[in-house]
Amino acid sequence: MQNYNIMELMICVAARELGNGRTAGIGTGAPCAAALLAQKTIAPHLVIMFESGGIDPILPELPVSVGDSRTFHRAVMVGSLFEIMQTCSRGMVDYAILGGAQIDMYGNINSTMLGKNYLQPAVRLPGSGGANDFASLCWRTIIMSVQDRSRLVSKLDFMTAPGWLEGGESRDQSGLPLDTGPYRVITNMAVMDFEPESKWMRVISINPGYTFDDIQSNCEFELLKAPRIFTTKPPTALELRILRDEIDPNSYIIGR
Amino acid sequence: MIAEKAVQSRGPLLMNPDPDEARKYFRSKSRAQEGKLMSLKDAVERFVKDGDYLAIGGFGTNRTPIAACQEIVRQGRKNMGFAGHTSTHDFQILAAGEVFDRVDIAYIIGLEARGMSPCARAYMESGRVKICEWSNFSLAARLKAAAMGIPFLPTRNMIGTDTFKYSAGKIMTCPFTGKTLALQPALYPDVSVIHVHEADISGNCRIQGIVISDDDLARASKKVIITTERLIHNDEIRNDPAKTVIPYYLVDAVCEVPYGAYPTGMPYEYYSDEKHLKEWLTVQKDSTAFKSFLKRNIHDCPDHAAYIERSGGIDRIQELRAKELLLHKEETHAKL
Repeated sequence: MQNYNIMELMICVAARELGNGRTAGIGTGAPCAAALLAQKTIAPHLVIMFESGGIDPILPELPVSVGDSRTFHRAVMVGSLFEIMQTCSRGMVDYAILGGAQIDMYGNINSTMLGKNYLQPAVRLPGSGGANDFASLCWRTIIMSVQDRSRLVSKLDFMTAPGWLEGGESRDQSGLPLDTGPYRVITNMAVMDFEPESKWMRVISINPGYTFDDIQSNCEFELLKAPRIFTTKPPTALELRILRDEIDPNSYIIGR
Repeated sequence: MIAEKAVQSRGPLLMNPDPDEARKYFRSKSRAQEGKLMSLKDAVERFVKDGDYLAIGGFGTNRTPIAACQEIVRQGRKNMGFAGHTSTHDFQILAAGEVFDRVDIAYIIGLEARGMSPCARAYMESGRVKICEWSNFSLAARLKAAAMGIPFLPTRNMIGTDTFKYSAGKIMTCPFTGKTLALQPALYPDVSVIHVHEADISGNCRIQGIVISDDDLARASKKVIITTERLIHNDEIRNDPAKTVIPYYLVDAVCEVPYGAYPTGMPYEYYSDEKHLKEWLTVQKDSTAFKSFLKRNIHDCPDHAAYIERSGGIDRIQELRAKELLLHKEETHAKL
């Protein structure tokens, strides 16, 4: 029996993608937990930036809101939303970690509405917030999502934030900053990247307890396979201890 | 290819970005450094008009002028435009009052990780609200353009997406580099309300912590209402002018409203009241209960002080202050 849940696994996998000395645009919830875990393990000098203006806070606990005072606790600077986004636009923010209601094979994200008609949505969702901005302007976008056919879809109802747009060269030709784009998709079942030519999502690592067939049957579009597929390293005892005891002692995120 | 397809955006441009129209207004705006103190009730009566375009300061559940939002609902304002720049609890209050009928959207309906507001979602799905999509950066850039007195700012977000398609932005080719750029039209709100830590009676304001977009919002807005945790003397402003974020000549009304952001948080003062925000979300599931909740918490409250009293008064504020200051993390305190 595994001694961790899927949220803990996804947070650990995301944390391992964050490099020391790099900068990351972070929201609340799982992305924040991942960034904190990275800081407490492999990336002590990871710089967290919140879109509301906090730069390099030393987070005393998980914030409940993207602008709450935890997001600039003992920060090096309090800026503005414009300051954070112009820093992304200038090319100084390495990672963004995003989620969404729908994600397609090119890593495009929907968080705006569900339904066939924009003007008469079946479900209205919050909209872009800063997601479009981070996905447009940060170097590498990491997407976290639960894996099922309603989330990983062949066609988005609405493209809120850009992934590789229509695949191939389309993003680089679009006018979005060059060399930016989705980098990883981290789900409860697998880790995916994007095949370099087509920019189509492909499985690079399978989480313990799942098979490729599980992953494929929980995805509406056909997934590619990397030449070599790894088994995702499960959370270590150290990662779990830090996550449970230091980062989220009240299980706000990992308890869901 | 993508750029060409994206050139036609379909959203409605809700406000005129013409800087000369705005200059005409700003030319006649008073520069008098005089007392602007008034009650919040009077400020909303005088400066928030049916049909005007309204913007609210703060972000998420942080430093949002909730006292003012509740007063606007109490006075029954209607048919307003609204800028939803990560607008959460303020949005659900204004949606509950059906105050607005058109919205520039960056983030609405949700209260971040707490979940979605049923009343705000139902209002936005009713077809009665005209909408235009943007992102947080786009709205911030639109306010920056207005603050600069230029008709638009070019940015590199939104390109290639439906967010652009349903915005009122435009695409142009950069005359210097040939790059494709998104153009964010200046947004000059008719009126904005910003909650600050300290202000003097003429409206020189200090904000502690992140300013979010409130520096540009105050400059972009034709009329500005300030609610402040406390008043300070003009000497204090002049002793340390680097702390002034909003100069007095932008401001039309100064209202001293202690705990004016409650139940959202105010940095260094009090944390958000998560229990009360949860009650807001839960009670909406029953429309009868929600009606009496709104009656009790908004319509029957003569002012914000009465609302604070109904929500637990000073005792509750003290708890939220302890939480804000992380006193629960201090060993000795935890042992008490």
